[in-house]
Amino acid sequence: MKKKRIATTSLAGCFGCHMSLLDIDERIFDLLELVEFDRSPLNDLKKFTRRCDIGLIEGGCCNEENVHVLREFRQNCDILVAVGQCAMMGGLPVMRNAIMHSDDPLRECLDEAFCTPKVLNPENQIPNDPALPLLLDKVYTCVDVVKIDYQIPGCPPSGETIWRALNALVKNEAPALEYDLIKYD
Amino acid sequence: MEHRKLIETSCSHFNNDPRRMLDILWQIQNSLGWISPDTMELIAQLTNTYRVEVEGVVTFYAFFMSKPQGQFVIHLCEDIIDRYAGMLPVQNAFEQILGIKVGETTKDGLFSLHLTSCIGMSDQAPAALINDMVVTNLSPNKTKILIRTLKKTRNLASLVKTFGDGNNSHELIKSMVNNNILLKGDVLLGDININAGLNKAFSLPPEEVIATVQASNFKGRGGAGYSSAKKWLAAAATQADKRFVICNADEGEPGTFKDRVLLTERAELLFEGMTTVAYAIGSQHGILYLRAEYRYLLPYLESLLTKRRNEGLLGTDILVDETENTRFSFDIRIQLGAGAYICGEETSLISSCEGKRGEPKNKPPFPAVSGYLGYPTVVNNVETFCNIPRIVDKGAEWFTSIGTPESSGTKLLSVCGDCTRPGIYEFPMGITLGEVLSLAGAKDPEAIQIGGASGVMVGRADFERQLCFEDLPTAGAIMIFSSQRNILEIADYFMHFFIEESCGYCTPCRVGNVFLKQGLEKIMAGKGETSDLKYLQDLGKTIIQTSRCGLGHSSPKPILSTMKNFPLVYAALLKEHPDGRQAGFNIQHALDESRIIAKRRSIVFDPDLGGD
Repeated sequence: MKKKRIATTSLAGCFGCHMSLLDIDERIFDLLELVEFDRSPLNDLKKFTRRCDIGLIEGGCCNEENVHVLREFRQNCDILVAVGQCAMMGGLPVMRNAIMHSDDPLRECLDEAFCTPKVLNPENQIPNDPALPLLLDKVYTCVDVVKIDYQIPGCPPSGETIWRALNALVKNEAPALEYDLIKYD
Repeated sequence: MEHRKLIETSCSHFNNDPRRMLDILWQIQNSLGWISPDTMELIAQLTNTYRVEVEGVVTFYAFFMSKPQGQFVIHLCEDIIDRYAGMLPVQNAFEQILGIKVGETTKDGLFSLHLTSCIGMSDQAPAALINDMVVTNLSPNKTKILIRTLKKTRNLASLVKTFGDGNNSHELIKSMVNNNILLKGDVLLGDININAGLNKAFSLPPEEVIATVQASNFKGRGGAGYSSAKKWLAAAATQADKRFVICNADEGEPGTFKDRVLLTERAELLFEGMTTVAYAIGSQHGILYLRAEYRYLLPYLESLLTKRRNEGLLGTDILVDETENTRFSFDIRIQLGAGAYICGEETSLISSCEGKRGEPKNKPPFPAVSGYLGYPTVVNNVETFCNIPRIVDKGAEWFTSIGTPESSGTKLLSVCGDCTRPGIYEFPMGITLGEVLSLAGAKDPEAIQIGGASGVMVGRADFERQLCFEDLPTAGAIMIFSSQRNILEIADYFMHFFIEESCGYCTPCRVGNVFLKQGLEKIMAGKGETSDLKYLQDLGKTIIQTSRCGLGHSSPKPILSTMKNFPLVYAALLKEHPDGRQAGFNIQHALDESRIIAKRRSIVFDPDLGGD
């Protein structure tokens, strides 16, 4: 069977989902029998080398770069999978969307983060290096921005969950995750 | 406190009973114009409840004001029928001549302007309430004249130049509202013999009254089509020392105004019907729950109750059987609502009668077993009660000879919208929609909303269907929309209506309806894709399955029924995006704020800087 080509990325996430992928431990060798990795932080490839079968997205979109990368993934992957809570629902970053009854929610968020006396920032400087991507007005989930084919819930999804999902996807099946794997309370 | 005396008097007038909270608040608001925080505090003390309870009630109902209002409070009806009849220019005229926006009060403290849901005047739209006075057939010009007159006379009565037909010109009504009765049937609007049904009922044992109605195959006229006799049997069979009969005159369904006409022209028949049902189930207490929009009928209705008390038809021992040693006493009080659509739902209506927020209760127990204050309660609507004495008087056989096998009798239809003869029609059950349309002079009818916002929207393919329980059931509203109207705009308005009127108790209804509206707006904006239809369908189904009361069970219907009956209207607006991007997401819009804060532009997304 031809190996499936996989790309992964972390947008507004914490890399926890990628860590969780590594939690499949020695099964990573079995995985490499089935797939080969294209663009991914795991191999530090920054660009797509060719079209991929599967794209795994960790994290939602909080800045313009996230949107740009996500659209590239959509363009270059046949199947796009939102992995983890941030990609699906926004996760922790989306808490800033709770500032909704403000005329200028983004400024309020930055003030809260950088200008309250709780942090040592005597000049109340808000980071604004030209190399920093512009923030979006609020945090968007992946499905707000592009079409997503599958979602794997969890914060993070366990290594086992990701392993089962990938196994199904390489066989061109929809990942059917058992209740125990996605039950978190 | 300045108004302490007045508030104390109002509370003690109702025995400081928190269960009469609506009446207390009405009386105080009528004197003071609004309910201030201090007033709420004092009412809470006097009625031995908490301030939040009082505030909860005040803020629940649209007609209770927690901010100071002008001497004349204008509620302009913003229903879709009114909008199509020219309500927006009227709103502009109000705003212009008063110099205020909706929700504001003029500086001289004379006028406040508000928008409100359907006030039951769709046959003479655009219409508005000024305090409890109804003004109809408004135009920008007429609006300006009204305001000028009011400024000069400060007297609402000076607004009515000519009275409406029938009892609308009665001493105690004196309203410009017209009945617009266009077809009289045999049961309700034709010639009737008042009290004949009640007298006959009194000559029969109670169970036989119920048996007659059961034999007539009569079903409740509220739309659900439940056998009224079954409801009564359940209430009669429940052991209790009190039973209640409540008439639901909270006709809030957009496009419906038949109760308005019955209350104006057949109020005695209604009271007769309530008394007949009370006799049949052994009830001593009746409540007529009158929607606040029909407050202009209150003095008239009260006078009829007094008249019937004087005639010995209401009150203590109105029927005494010495041989059997049984006595029957029954009286009716009128509970004025305060502007909440949800109170048309029977358990919400009961909550409201109990002086609480009009929130629905869990069913079961059904009201017939445990309703008002926990007593067995029969809730029927105005049209239902009006039918009962007629059935008892003329017999089950007569009644079943009218209509279809499954649906006996007649049905009142409130017809409005794009037609030359809007008004009230009493048809035998089973009339086809097409016949109704041609009689009403429908102009190029394209879409018909059957049963108001909570009903269904049907197209030409359904014009041959029969209006009856076994085919196309309706609580009475027929809104006609011509091919010039935008069907999605209508569905969108109904969603707006449901969002406004949701009591907010359960999440599927409070949140789900907002999502439904957003989904519809996305399609209207030309950003929808085929997958959005499935989303709307699934979400609508979830709301129907998981909501607590009838509002959430109906609210997705405008969208679901238009999707079903007008698929091409939706399809024409859908566009697929093969690049997999979501049309609803606009990166430029999402970056606007950031560009201002960071004082720089996007290298990725500003095209002149090399972005895409």
